[in-house]
Amino acid sequence: MNLDIDLVSNIRINLSAIERRTSTLTKRRSVKKEYQAAWLLKAISLIDLTTLSGDDTAGKVERLCEKAKRPISLDLLDRLGLHQGEIQVGAVCVYHHLIKEAKKNLPKNIPVAAVSTGFPAGLSSFKTRKLEITESIKNGADEIDIVINRGFVLQNNWKKLYEEVVDFKKAAKNKHIKAILGVGDLETLRNVAKASMVCMMAGADFIKTSTGKESINANLNNSLVMLRMIREFYQMTGKKIGFKPAGGISTAKTVIEFLILVMEELGHDWINPKYLRIGASSLLIDIERQLYHFALGRYANKEKLAIG
Amino acid sequence: MSKIIKNFKNISYGPAPEDSKDVMAWINSMNKPNHLFINGSWVKSKSSKKIQVINPATNKKLTSLSLANKADVNAAVGAAKKAYTSWSKTSSNTRAKYLYALARLIQKHSRFLSVLETIDNGKPIRETRDIDIPLVARHFYYHAGWAKKIDTKTHKPIGVIGQIIPWNFPLLMMAWKIAPAIAAGNTVVLKPAEFTSLTALYFAQLCQKARIPKGVINIITGDGTTGELITSHVDTKKIAFTGSTEVGKKIIQSTATQEKKLTMELGGKSPFIVFEDADLDSAVEGVVDAIWFNQGQVCCAGSRLLVQESVEKIFIKKLKARMEKLRVGNPLDKSIDIGAIVAPVQLKKIQSIVKKGEKEGSKLWQPSWACPTDGLFYPPSIFTNVSPSSFIAQVEIFGPVLSVLSFRTPSEAVSIANNTPYGLAASIWSENINLALDIAPKIKAGVIWINSTNLFDAACGFGGYKESGFGREGGIEGIRAYQDSSLPETSNVSKKIIKNKIELPSIDTTPKLYVGGKQKRPDSGYSFNQLSAQKEFICDIARANRKDVRDTVEAASKSKIGSLNNFNRSQILFYLAENLSQRKETFVNLLMSISGVSKNQALKEFEDSCERIFYYASMADKFEGNIHNPPMRGLTLAVKESIGIVASIMNDHQPLLGISTVISSLFANGNASIVVPSEKTSLIATSLYQVFETSDIPSGSINILTSKTNELNDTLSQHENIDGIWAFSADAKVRSSIISGTVFNLKRYWCPKNINIDWSNTSEEFLNEFLYEASQVKNIWIPYGE
Repeated sequence: MNLDIDLVSNIRINLSAIERRTSTLTKRRSVKKEYQAAWLLKAISLIDLTTLSGDDTAGKVERLCEKAKRPISLDLLDRLGLHQGEIQVGAVCVYHHLIKEAKKNLPKNIPVAAVSTGFPAGLSSFKTRKLEITESIKNGADEIDIVINRGFVLQNNWKKLYEEVVDFKKAAKNKHIKAILGVGDLETLRNVAKASMVCMMAGADFIKTSTGKESINANLNNSLVMLRMIREFYQMTGKKIGFKPAGGISTAKTVIEFLILVMEELGHDWINPKYLRIGASSLLIDIERQLYHFALGRYANKEKLAIG
Repeated sequence: MSKIIKNFKNISYGPAPEDSKDVMAWINSMNKPNHLFINGSWVKSKSSKKIQVINPATNKKLTSLSLANKADVNAAVGAAKKAYTSWSKTSSNTRAKYLYALARLIQKHSRFLSVLETIDNGKPIRETRDIDIPLVARHFYYHAGWAKKIDTKTHKPIGVIGQIIPWNFPLLMMAWKIAPAIAAGNTVVLKPAEFTSLTALYFAQLCQKARIPKGVINIITGDGTTGELITSHVDTKKIAFTGSTEVGKKIIQSTATQEKKLTMELGGKSPFIVFEDADLDSAVEGVVDAIWFNQGQVCCAGSRLLVQESVEKIFIKKLKARMEKLRVGNPLDKSIDIGAIVAPVQLKKIQSIVKKGEKEGSKLWQPSWACPTDGLFYPPSIFTNVSPSSFIAQVEIFGPVLSVLSFRTPSEAVSIANNTPYGLAASIWSENINLALDIAPKIKAGVIWINSTNLFDAACGFGGYKESGFGREGGIEGIRAYQDSSLPETSNVSKKIIKNKIELPSIDTTPKLYVGGKQKRPDSGYSFNQLSAQKEFICDIARANRKDVRDTVEAASKSKIGSLNNFNRSQILFYLAENLSQRKETFVNLLMSISGVSKNQALKEFEDSCERIFYYASMADKFEGNIHNPPMRGLTLAVKESIGIVASIMNDHQPLLGISTVISSLFANGNASIVVPSEKTSLIATSLYQVFETSDIPSGSINILTSKTNELNDTLSQHENIDGIWAFSADAKVRSSIISGTVFNLKRYWCPKNINIDWSNTSEEFLNEFLYEASQVKNIWIPYGE
């Protein structure tokens, strides 16, 4: 859709009220026992299993892909009454130069997401960022996580932000793009809300909280604001935009809080990999630990759980 | 493995019940019926009547309680009276330690109390666990601090306090009552509501653990009849009541002859105002917390949604979508938003009001899902197509039912918001700080929440304007309510009349009434005699009747005093004092001839009067509010506001000083006053007209009505547009009849019991008492952050 500056300017966010909502929400809902197990299995299917370190190598990615295919041990699956293949992560997320490696190790039904456009700062030249998208797709990436220029947000230069995302979307052809807002750099929730709205107007298929490299990553407050913008956009256009919280979601307890937030604000329709992804690397192991406890009634030894 | 896991792609909330084993075991171990907590131990009731206790979530019987009778109440009050002699003298440090012990015990048993409260009351475990019980502990901590701070030698307590609390926040209301009372050195007899006594009884056990001295806290169960026995007992010196306006009025009337000190926390129909520039999604959550908190059974519930027309449609749409997501059911379940209605009678009341609303043509909407049928449940409901005159927009429903009204402009929002006899609370939503802070003082309510709702803290006073009651709970205001505030008496009132030689006016004086800044002939066309102290005729005085009262109230309501800032008021009072000081001879002569005092006494009274007005001129910009820092990112402004129109009925003693004190203290706080001088001293008051007229007093802000003794009392005390009444009368019958008359609009009253007030007292305590009585505190909550 076209950029609607009036709409963006009129967005209002009250921080204290947002905090009240998130702090009470997690206490208004609770899932226990087999329901909790089901929610955790669901969470696994939403994970964008990620490795985004300077020391990533082919070997590291290969291991990651193995974990993506078999996120929990066969023994545990068995005890939960599930079969291999029934549970796998939402996607694998890697740097551009490891896309081919990931593709090679994954079945068709696990997409590979690449972080492009000068991740994580997004401040390399526009030309090279665009080119990176083209290249990533050429290498086989199924989804592109782009970083937005946070400077445009801080300057309230919505037009520039809009145009850039439009161009990235064009460069990505028909592939999904996830716009990474870098919420930690945007400082205020008002900025987070406005940036979310502009990115959706420009054609982002997903909005994603952060790169994982900023000091503040996904939390319930910035997620609530983004979810409300997604709802607003859906009511306006009938188009469902996906949400990807990333960074800092490392425990089973936290991921359930995020799922509850999405369930309450957007509803059941959003709780599937098409519209919800969780960017995480160490989360999976904590979920597995909880499932182990559920299935066996005792807490697991860390070394019994396979690392990715 | 279960189907639920197999079907993990379609996740849903399952049951998440809080464990209630320990609590049920405790309930089952109670005596049936349970005993009363009197003088530190459990005493069998003298009555054979019982109260059945149910769990509203199942509508099944839990246990039974005693319905305390007269003998029980006598025993409890007697124990409290006996304990008072030592407790009121117990050192502040020791009292603080006891309150601290209670705070700690509540924290140590917090989950038990939460579960017990939920089972007894039906409110969700989330609320008892996260809101009620933490606030209870906070209240005892805060007042442990006050106990430490208050020296009962200089700030005397009152005595035995009778406390009657409602069923909506059983333990929290108990804490609001007991903590400040015992912190200030009083002892208490508390009666929890008949539906919800269990947490108070468990608290009594905690009192035993804390070794609270015997008789300081007495807790007896019973119904309204027990309550009446407490309020009417000759030894309860103060009654603190939270409940309906209807019962509150009855208590005021029934205790009027005993002239007890009262704190009344009554009903409300609070507005929740949403401006177009609000964060609408957050405001929707605000509505949820305003009207679906505690099943809407909250005196300050935001039950009238006022939404700006430009965003009305979208807001209602958002609200309905949100309502679909609310979950009603077993309150012990951790995923429940709305629990059970407290009792079958309350459920029926809600149902019948809703039916009436529909019949009247308002449109009811409820979510598509159905409530469980095995308990006392009622779905969240909203009414649209409501106008301010609709039944459901006026009556307090005390249930999860919201009425939606719209407005076009800020001033229209204010007038709709104030269009109710109640004035407990209001919530204002706007991202424009100018707008929000402009509206806050314009709403006539004791608590204002900006971009928030239903926030409470022990440091911030809570209480209403208008028919929502009077007195504050929490903060320093709440402490004052449990301290003795009687005025100083003068012992040397000489009955001796000095035969002064007075100069009679050379031409006939024709004092009239002083109404709206003009001298006005009385409607009746009658006059009465102004005599000297030696019974010589001086002149005729206009005799005001009820029509003059009507016109005067009309004039007072048009007074511009409300728009003067405190500096303006201060200047005017200084000027008034200056102008009065130039009429020494006139007033000294009048005092000598009418009061029959010596020249020296008359001179002193005159000088005192000028000084008094000077004092209140000085205080007009110094008797200011407080800023509280409740535990949040934000501030609470405790603003002192005027009462409105206040009538004062004066007595014969020190007439010039008395009237100077009253008019200047009321004026300093921005009230419009109507003063009725004593019949015998009328000419002194009427001689002030010329002083008023030369002092820039805005018309209508000071009015004088002369009449025969007590002739206007009923008209004034019953007039529903008068907001407060002060009566200085030595006659207890006169005072109590004035108090009874106030209930029609619950006007603030102040009828000191003194036979002879020492008007010439210059202690700050005495002088400030007038300022306190001339003002009311509004707490404005301002959370902030970007």
